Amino acid sequence: MKKTVLIMLVLLIGITLVFTSCGKKEADVAEEAKVVEEAKVVEEAKVVETIKIGVAGAHTGDLASYGLPSVNAVELVVANVNAAGGIDGKMIKLVIEDDQCKPEIATNTAAKLVGEDVVAVIGHICSGATKAALDIYNESKIVVISPSATSPPLTKSGDYPNFLRTIASDDAQAVLQVDFALNVLESKKIAVLHDKGDYGKGLAEFAKAGIEESSAEVVLFEGVTPGAVDYSAVINKIAQVGADAVIYGGYHPEAAQLIGGMRAQGLDIPFIGCDGVKDATFIAVAGDDAEGVYATAPVDTTSNLIAVKAGKEHLAEYGEEYGAFFLNAYAAALAIVNAIDVANSTDYDAIMAALKSEYVETPIGNISFDERGDAIGVGFAVYQVKNGKFSQLD
Amino acid sequence: MGFDYFFKLFIGGLTKGSIYALIAIGYTMVYGIIGLINFAHGEVYMIGAFTALIVAGILSVLNLPMFAVLMIAVVIAMIFSAGYGFTLEKIAYKPLRNAPRLSALISAIGMSIFLQNYVLLAQTSNFLPYPDMIPDFAFLEPIKQTLRTTQLIILVVTAIVMILLTLLIKFTKIGKAMRATSQDRVMAMLTGVNVNRVISVTFVIGSSIAALGGVLICSHTGRTHFYIGFLVGIKAFVAAVLGGIGSIPGAVLGSFVLGFTESFGAGYISSDYEDVFAFVILILILTFRPDGILGKSTKQKA
Repeated sequence: MKKTVLIMLVLLIGITLVFTSCGKKEADVAEEAKVVEEAKVVEEAKVVETIKIGVAGAHTGDLASYGLPSVNAVELVVANVNAAGGIDGKMIKLVIEDDQCKPEIATNTAAKLVGEDVVAVIGHICSGATKAALDIYNESKIVVISPSATSPPLTKSGDYPNFLRTIASDDAQAVLQVDFALNVLESKKIAVLHDKGDYGKGLAEFAKAGIEESSAEVVLFEGVTPGAVDYSAVINKIAQVGADAVIYGGYHPEAAQLIGGMRAQGLDIPFIGCDGVKDATFIAVAGDDAEGVYATAPVDTTSNLIAVKAGKEHLAEYGEEYGAFFLNAYAAALAIVNAIDVANSTDYDAIMAALKSEYVETPIGNISFDERGDAIGVGFAVYQVKNGKFSQLD
Repeated sequence: MGFDYFFKLFIGGLTKGSIYALIAIGYTMVYGIIGLINFAHGEVYMIGAFTALIVAGILSVLNLPMFAVLMIAVVIAMIFSAGYGFTLEKIAYKPLRNAPRLSALISAIGMSIFLQNYVLLAQTSNFLPYPDMIPDFAFLEPIKQTLRTTQLIILVVTAIVMILLTLLIKFTKIGKAMRATSQDRVMAMLTGVNVNRVISVTFVIGSSIAALGGVLICSHTGRTHFYIGFLVGIKAFVAAVLGGIGSIPGAVLGSFVLGFTESFGAGYISSDYEDVFAFVILILILTFRPDGILGKSTKQKA
């Protein structure tokens, strides 16, 4: 008896394994972090006069994969510029410093770069480290362009006049969601939902603040519980308060369940998600209900000619596809090179003036910088699900 | 906020309560018989949902009517999950039956983590769309804002399961043996009850009901994931404790109390605090009735 039971068990588990292994398998190939020597001197100066540019960010540690692509990007741009004779004959020399995305290390990194007399810094990568380092650069009047620090106060607070970035700030997305709801959909009563997480709730709060400044009304501001089995209570509430649009901050699993429930209960109002929703899995899970859903996400620049060229350069030089923030860093490097060229000097005020007045063709579009340091021409676009695919609206 | 809104929330609470009840039954039955909190129960529910998903995927090539697909998928899911429940007990709990309670509890948590990771590796870490196996009834179309087809099915199925289970426990031989084992395992054994068999049957019944719940709930939410068992399992466990763990009517009552609390709390106050309401009601009830609403007061012997 016992033996037959055991045999049955083994068979049962065996059968299950056979069935289940029919499912998808995804082998995520872990990207090995490259170790970059600290303070690596890329190009030995052959001419007497050089212009030093610092590159700072996480080059080792957990977040190295966020920082290293930027180093590659700047190296590629500088190699091109130097090969073409430099800026008015002056060669660019890079000073690369690691901050591991840690604020306490970032201050040392900044002090080192200041000591090296760099004209400008491309970095840092993480918002926290950037904030810590900015005061030091500010005192020494050094231009800082981050390819990736998205924390809104870095530009909005006005504390860091030397700071610029080639990525849209976190609240830019909420601004676009609200703008789209108010001006394109002409919504008057908007329900703002989020998933209670840092990202989703932060976004929802920016959206709420934006709507409250307008003539429209936030009729509902609530979090849904991720993983809950039933959202009918909150969906009933959306219907009850008479919302004519939903703005959502959070990720796609909850969004898919919400939209499924809303459509099943016959609530056909527009749903405006964010870049956490703009994911192929969202469409796969929500199915037909996904059709017509809006989502804001960064403007698709992969078909930009400069981006394509930069990608090819990267492949030729490093033998692999580029990583996170590569195009943003490439754009930052192009912008600073152009500014030094136009200003015809390495004077802080002259470079800053050039950065804020000149438009530069970059892999992320034709960009310049506004008074506060946010890039003009970089940002988010509204996408809509059409025929099972997200397509960018004009 | 008229009666209409109240009624919608009432239906929502009823649905949630039914969902929790289908899973809470498994917790409470096992606890009633062997005094173990089977933390892997939520995973059995998840495996039921996945089995039905795979079966439905395979059957979709045959172009069978949706109703037939649903039936076959549910039956196979129930059989598979019952197999898992049975195996779970044999592998993880039976060798520890006379060990301290804590050992069995750790074993249960271990099985829970094992099964989650097993499905994660064998399937995927992504969310998967769940097939629309329950077609929308045409007669519900005008009132779909209040009552969706999946909600109606969940309510009806839960009611049927409750009635069948009550009949089983009250009027069959195995039901009698279960009650005897629950009251006093040693004495039951002395009077000739095959306790091992009773325990296995308990796991099989609890697991197959959980699988049924898994299929219905995933059809309702439209998605599945290897982690769904954990969150729902915790809620159902809370429901079982609320009603008095070990008691089947208690688990059902506890589930409805929890479902209504969450639904009305979210509807009238804020869904930000959905979980807060659930646990506040748990604390309140346990403060005044430490053994749960229908729990029998069991004095621990010194």
